[in-house]
Amino acid sequence: MLRYTIHRLLMMIPTLLGVAILVFVLLRLMPGDIVELRFLAEGGRVSPEALAVERIRLGLDKPMWRQFFDWITGIFVGDFGISMWTGRPVISEIGSRLQLSMQVAIMATLLAITISIPLGTIAALYKNTWIDHVIRVFAIAGLAVPSFWLGMLIILGLLLGFGWIPPLTFKPIYEDPWYNLSQLIWPAIAVGYRYSAVATRMTRSTLLEVMQEDYIRTARAKGVFERLVVARHAMRNALLPVVTVVGLEFAFLIGGLVVTEQVFNLNGIGKLFVETVSRADYTMVQALVMLVATFFIVVNFVVDLLYAALDPRIRYR
Amino acid sequence: MTAVTHSPQITYKVPKRRHPIMQFMVTQPTGTAGLIFICILFIAGFLADFVAPYDPLSPDYGAMLEAPSWQHWMGTDAFGRDVFSRIIYGARTALAVGFLSSAIGSGIGAVIGVVSAYFGGRIDMVIQRFMDILLSFPIIVLALSVVAVLGKFPVGGLDLNLIIAIAIPMIPKVARVVRSSALAIRELPYIDAARAAGYGHRRIIFRHITPNVVAPFLIMFTAFIAQAILLEASLSFLGLGVTEPTAAWGLMLSGTSQEFYSQAPWMIIFPGVAISLAVFAFNLFGDSLRDYLDPRFKV
Repeated sequence: MLRYTIHRLLMMIPTLLGVAILVFVLLRLMPGDIVELRFLAEGGRVSPEALAVERIRLGLDKPMWRQFFDWITGIFVGDFGISMWTGRPVISEIGSRLQLSMQVAIMATLLAITISIPLGTIAALYKNTWIDHVIRVFAIAGLAVPSFWLGMLIILGLLLGFGWIPPLTFKPIYEDPWYNLSQLIWPAIAVGYRYSAVATRMTRSTLLEVMQEDYIRTARAKGVFERLVVARHAMRNALLPVVTVVGLEFAFLIGGLVVTEQVFNLNGIGKLFVETVSRADYTMVQALVMLVATFFIVVNFVVDLLYAALDPRIRYR
Repeated sequence: MTAVTHSPQITYKVPKRRHPIMQFMVTQPTGTAGLIFICILFIAGFLADFVAPYDPLSPDYGAMLEAPSWQHWMGTDAFGRDVFSRIIYGARTALAVGFLSSAIGSGIGAVIGVVSAYFGGRIDMVIQRFMDILLSFPIIVLALSVVAVLGKFPVGGLDLNLIIAIAIPMIPKVARVVRSSALAIRELPYIDAARAAGYGHRRIIFRHITPNVVAPFLIMFTAFIAQAILLEASLSFLGLGVTEPTAAWGLMLSGTSQEFYSQAPWMIIFPGVAISLAVFAFNLFGDSLRDYLDPRFKV
């Protein structure tokens, strides 16, 4: 187990390095660097000398390998550089927004788990009855409805129904919990719906599979109450694949947030990403992509370890 | 009285051999429903010029933000354009982008998967590493980056680079699934036989292995059409996909509809319903196709 953990940790390095190279090169293939974009945005003609000075200031005059080397070595000492657009350190720009996005992601996950596991279980226990069909429609619709549109409908519903718009400026939960929750619960529902749909389907299908197993029949035969059979014998095994789905979808949540934050006008990392990509803010995009990729890889890794912890039959070597 | 003699009648239950399409329709009613809706979308998209009651692009400033009525079934937008007509033309955009990007993405992914499985060893490892790298980007982040890098490249009213941007995130997923199917096939004796007969790599890959991974390929292909439609809608909504004046569902939800949607909710309700129904239909069809082709296979 320890060897496996170390091996997996080591394997992250080449993958992350690959991500770093890919995003670094991709960005520099983009037509027009930030210096041009910014001066164009300010309008008017700018002398080539001024452009050159600005490039030197941002370090864009150095050869590519040198820029890459500086960036990577910076990461190891925790220096992600300075945003080329705002001039503030990337870390502080991301840090303040990450809090918001993470909170929405966590709320969506909790919401999804509390909805999907009971729903999936009910659907499996009442297989092919109308209850099952209703839950199935709920789940399949969740896969089809775009989260940003659901967000718009929620805002529309709140507006038309209650004449109320969720608050627009962000306050951290420890400052004003009620205000914070009344703002973030809606985007959490919008992105959490798809999430709970996926998890509901997974819970239903794995529980159905597990209920066919011999040991379930044994448990029933020895007179265990059906409720205990499901809760104690079946659920423990059925939840394994659900854990995987919940873990993997958590990373996808970040993707869903990119669009949904736009709808709710939330200043999270998704909105930041859309803005920085169109501004060609190299340092910022690089840091964001690395952040998300690392997150994704770590989540995958944790899911695998959790798997082994939950299921004693699984042994990694 | 004549005695009725019963001759023993033996009825054999001969399994009826139906046409595969009939078989699908009988065994997969929900999938058939999805398929029918997809066909309707196709017809609407192809015949948009004849079906749509209005020109989707020409503004009518005398009829701005009109509620649904007999003249305008789904109302009009802030420029007085007929929402229903724009949705019909939007079907064309969604289907074209969905099909092309899914075909490109799953096509390239399948080839990479088969090649990776067939050669194995170091080639396999390098390819899989690269796929891991692509997989560690969230889909929309990867697509956004590609859109930003490639810029626009319109061909016949469609942005080819957008299609590529949507296709690229699919490649590693398809490659993984196809690779695992192809790995099993590679070990079968007939591949050894083909190799012993002196066939080249290309012939074995394309003539012997590829036909046997068609089932997972088709399943992934339909599943990704739905995802591509969603992704196109998201990108267009962000202003980075299909751009005005082309009619696209995601685009109809952005821009002015954002400002006016409390006064004119039909501007956002109908395009969203269109996206959801299209994705829903492809999901239904894809799910049933999976059950029909290979009950054990899960995407």
